Amino acid sequence: MNDFWIILIGVLVAATCGLLGSYLILRRMAMVGDAIAHAVLPGIVIAFMISESRDSIPMLLGAAAVGLLTTFLIETLHRRGMLQIDASIGLTYTSLFALGVILASAFAGDVDLDLDCILYGEIALAPLYTLDIGGVDMGPRAVWIVGGALILVLSFIFLGYKELYITTFDPAYAAIIGVSVSLWHYLLMGAVSLTTVAAFESVGAILVVAFLIAPPAAAYLLTDNFKHMLLLTVLLGSLAVVGGYYLAAWLDASIAGAMALCMGLVFCAAFGLYRRRLHIASKSLTDQQLAARG
Amino acid sequence: MNSLIEFLTFDDPGVRAVSLGAMLLGIGAAVVGCFTFLRKRALVGDAVAHAVLPGVCLAFILVDFMGSLGWTDISPKHPLALIVGAFVSSWISLRLIDYISFKSRIKEDTAIGLVLSVFFGIGILLLTLIQHGSSAEKAGLNSILFGRIAALTAGDVLLFGAVATVLVFITLMLYKEFQLMSFDEEFAAVTGLPVRRLELTLTTLTVLAVIVAIQAVGVVMTAAILITPPAAARYWTERLPVMILLAALFGALAGLTGAYASFAAPRAPTGPWIVIVLTGFAILSVLFAPRRGALARQLRQRRNAGRIRHENILKALFHLGEQDDDFYAARSSDDILARRPMDGTVLRRGLEQLRRHGYVRREGAAWALTAEGRMRGARITRLHRLWEVYLTQYVGIAPDHVHDDAETIEHILTPELEHELEALLDHPQIDPHARVIPQKHG
Repeated sequence: MNDFWIILIGVLVAATCGLLGSYLILRRMAMVGDAIAHAVLPGIVIAFMISESRDSIPMLLGAAAVGLLTTFLIETLHRRGMLQIDASIGLTYTSLFALGVILASAFAGDVDLDLDCILYGEIALAPLYTLDIGGVDMGPRAVWIVGGALILVLSFIFLGYKELYITTFDPAYAAIIGVSVSLWHYLLMGAVSLTTVAAFESVGAILVVAFLIAPPAAAYLLTDNFKHMLLLTVLLGSLAVVGGYYLAAWLDASIAGAMALCMGLVFCAAFGLYRRRLHIASKSLTDQQLAARG
Repeated sequence: MNSLIEFLTFDDPGVRAVSLGAMLLGIGAAVVGCFTFLRKRALVGDAVAHAVLPGVCLAFILVDFMGSLGWTDISPKHPLALIVGAFVSSWISLRLIDYISFKSRIKEDTAIGLVLSVFFGIGILLLTLIQHGSSAEKAGLNSILFGRIAALTAGDVLLFGAVATVLVFITLMLYKEFQLMSFDEEFAAVTGLPVRRLELTLTTLTVLAVIVAIQAVGVVMTAAILITPPAAARYWTERLPVMILLAALFGALAGLTGAYASFAAPRAPTGPWIVIVLTGFAILSVLFAPRRGALARQLRQRRNAGRIRHENILKALFHLGEQDDDFYAARSSDDILARRPMDGTVLRRGLEQLRRHGYVRREGAAWALTAEGRMRGARITRLHRLWEVYLTQYVGIAPDHVHDDAETIEHILTPELEHELEALLDHPQIDPHARVIPQKHG
């Protein structure tokens, strides 16, 4: 039964992160996603200290707020502080992460927060924390949290599909027809923060980043159709989850790490297919040219 | 507080070695980081840092395995073995980032994020393999995640300090080449510099700097020690040597902080404190640096806005004078506002400031130009009309489209430009709207 829950949680995380990641990599904001995934740490710790529990609602809200703050800080440093964008991303997330580590280690005595766990998660333990409602076992809590995030993200994309699409591919046009580019930017970043936090507890920061970037990048190489890219992302991500789980079980090693490795392999396969297609395309082109020349 | 004093006396030889090593490490990373920063590859440093992990773990596993076969008796945690492993894997990661972003439509930032997370994931996988394994020395390897200077022996710290010194030395030897490459890569290539090879050298130096820096701040925060000192230093100067010196200073102070943190709390990670200190430097620089700082820029903007407002008021008064052929008569605020609409309080405040500077006089509720005020109003009007003549004659813009542009440029033109413009236009008397251009000494 544990296998089932872990794979289910993994697939839910892969779908949620992958959907949002598709937008991130097309907007050239992959590293902002990375920054948010690291920077929510102080939010989690502070929310944890205030609410004194691992109760997920304050934790989600606190970390989501810090996630938005991260985006805001990066933009402010870049626009008002005149700092180049790569440096402002690096500066923001390292300092917030440092703050989080200090807070976490300062209160490590009172607080049941494990730093390693935050980095690479304990998906293996996720099925053990179950949700009880009125004495009825509702299954692992993580399934509900990540599942909730997935439903939120799905409805966000469903309701705002057009706006997200236009602001991603042609922000100038979006501004002309009166779609607020910055509103959708912050909504998207808010969704990324929420997802990060929801996924954090079970899979850790690094797997969140891998799920945000690797499956969309692979899908991006395989199709030119955005809707297909979204579907493929979810599929490839899930594939890596299943592969990673059994690899980790076989090696007796970190599940998150093995899933990240599988995601790398999935990307390599996509890259190979992409290069092959390019090769064939260019070859048939030269064949045609030769034929045309007679 | 006592521990700080005890630390600063440097009585303990261990403290001396660790402090020296940590400072050298901060300096080395900051100096190399200057060029990484200028080449806008800050996040590459981040990727390198994450990619170190699988290399370190593989080196550990390999040496441990060789040790178990009796081929070698060095410790699997020997820093040299770890450095070699880290070097190989981060080198591969950098080549991969370049390969992916050159050979496909994947953008560089996506490639960085991809390589970073996958390599780090593999590293975690190997780390857990080691921890679940049977090696006698597996403990403490994960201090590489958050940095812990205290976990290193004095000898280790000195080794890293020595690597850092070599880094600084090579960077300074190749200073001219790196400088040219950072600011104008194409020109560097045209002048016959081996740009490709220099790039590889810089990459190698970056990788080494990251490996060294990881000892102090750990994998996740290494980007900070590489990038934050140069970013902060950039705000204080426009000259590269000064920037490098400043960055080195910030790096050294950060290193010292790390050494102190590991002295005061040997079991806590040192990395975050170093990063917090560096971030403090950066925030101070972003806000308060004299020319590029946010505060200085804000003040400059405000001064300029004030000057433009004053000039507009004087110009409005001058225009009213032209209209009535009496420049020194007093005008009410309403007259001025009719000529040039603006916020009433802004106008009153501007007039008051102009009065203090002797450009206008107050007569009851009305205001009149002084001789200086008239001169300045005349000059702005002159510049405005000269520019309109220039635009119609030389740029070929229709006379009814030149006003807005002149409205901006009139506040910017310097006396030298004014002079040149006049000579170019052959001292015109009349602007495109058939109004007289006030002369310089009229």
